[in-house]
Amino acid sequence: MNIFDIMGPIMVGPSSSHTAGAARIGYMTRRLLGSQPVKAELLLHGSFAATGAGHGTDKALAAGLLGMRPDDPRLPRSFELAAQAGMELTLGKTVLRGAHPNTVLLRVEDGKGKRLEVVASSLGGGRVKVCSIDGLDASFTGELPTLIIRNEDRPGMVAEVSAILSRRRVNIAAMQLYRNTRGGLAVMVIESDQPVWEAAVEELRACPGIQRVTCLTPEEE
Amino acid sequence: MAFSSVEGLLAAARTRPIWEAVLEDDCTDRGVDRKRSLAQMSALWAAMAPPVAEYDPAARSHSGLIGGAGALLEGEGPGLCPPFLRQVMAAALKTGECNACMKRIVAAPTAGSSGVLPAVLIPLQARDSLKDEQMVEALYVAAGFGQVIATRASISGAEGGCQAEVGSASAMAAAALVHLMGGTGEQMAHACALALANTLGLVCDPVAGLVEVPCVTRNVMGAMNALSCAELALSGVQSAIPCDEVIDAMRSVGEALPASLRETGGGGLAATPTGRRIAEGM
Repeated sequence: MNIFDIMGPIMVGPSSSHTAGAARIGYMTRRLLGSQPVKAELLLHGSFAATGAGHGTDKALAAGLLGMRPDDPRLPRSFELAAQAGMELTLGKTVLRGAHPNTVLLRVEDGKGKRLEVVASSLGGGRVKVCSIDGLDASFTGELPTLIIRNEDRPGMVAEVSAILSRRRVNIAAMQLYRNTRGGLAVMVIESDQPVWEAAVEELRACPGIQRVTCLTPEEE
Repeated sequence: MAFSSVEGLLAAARTRPIWEAVLEDDCTDRGVDRKRSLAQMSALWAAMAPPVAEYDPAARSHSGLIGGAGALLEGEGPGLCPPFLRQVMAAALKTGECNACMKRIVAAPTAGSSGVLPAVLIPLQARDSLKDEQMVEALYVAAGFGQVIATRASISGAEGGCQAEVGSASAMAAAALVHLMGGTGEQMAHACALALANTLGLVCDPVAGLVEVPCVTRNVMGAMNALSCAELALSGVQSAIPCDEVIDAMRSVGEALPASLRETGGGGLAATPTGRRIAEGM
């Protein structure tokens, strides 16, 4: 933990886990979708479900989906702003087996019909973790530059991706692989020490077998 | 690498002030230069002022339980506490209330305990005409001690109870105050140890699970405890138990607390008949 995990963040109250963390989860989901959702279903689990309304967890998630940071003073008015922006919000509760107490399942859809399902947890102090994307396990915090690559599960994909990154001088700090079934859809989550340059992302997108590449940078988060 | 003991922090500060050691460690740890680290800390200091300066006595929290208390501490009062202490209490209440009312605050170390540091720092700066640079130095001191607490124990109410939140904030504030009054690193460690020892066992029992009751008024206790422990340490009173061992004790006590007393809203004040009635009415 660095000293700014102890002092700060600057945030809209009342809770770093239930409000600031929730806003970050909303924001990360927006970034993973690639644009502002027109539809969003937010299903709260555990302590999020029990005390979320009193902590503004629902408002904070919506604010994040609208692109607000945890310190945005407009956060408490996010429902109203979502309606103005044409974002259809549905709120509910759910029970997710084995999940952290502060967890939410988000189903979002953009204007072109692209859909995404994210499960994410708020770990305390405003720190968050994405636990799954579209039903596939994942585990990343967004604290480092992170690449999320969805690809066909076939031999050589990992080698190809790491070759592109090494040519672009991106050092991999951590790499995780997940898949639904053998030969099906796979997700690679790569955290790097350096920001992943746009050119590298473009090259990855052009790579046969890769379906979607999302790049999260901490500065934007 | 982060500081994992107060002993290590004091050792790193043998040839320079503690705040410098914490700043330099931050630069190495995150790969940033001094300017960037200082700018970030200065932004935190600047953000601590508005909840007190722009306090709205009419604002109310989601439940309606919180709001307006900060204004009651303005003016002379009944004459029990001197004006400076009333200002400290008012600043703690105002920041805590702003947090409960979904306004912008600085988590220090958490949102629930966000009132403690501003409560002691803002009135002291005004009283002694301290420069902003000195206040930023004090925040590095607080962060350095806070980092050790977070590493060895916890700063989360769900993990360690309120002792980990308001207790930690109070201990960090006590060390920061010793710095601002020109005390030594050893005195900062004693102030931190005494403040944490005084709050050992403090449970997290929020009514209806909300960061409202008793969180807001506990910030006042955290601030007053920080002032008295800094005063003790600056006067030469020492903690019989070394600071690192007090922090370790806080961890053990936190682990021994039942779940009902760790931010679940299931025990303590939350479980009183009135506490339950409030929760049911939500």
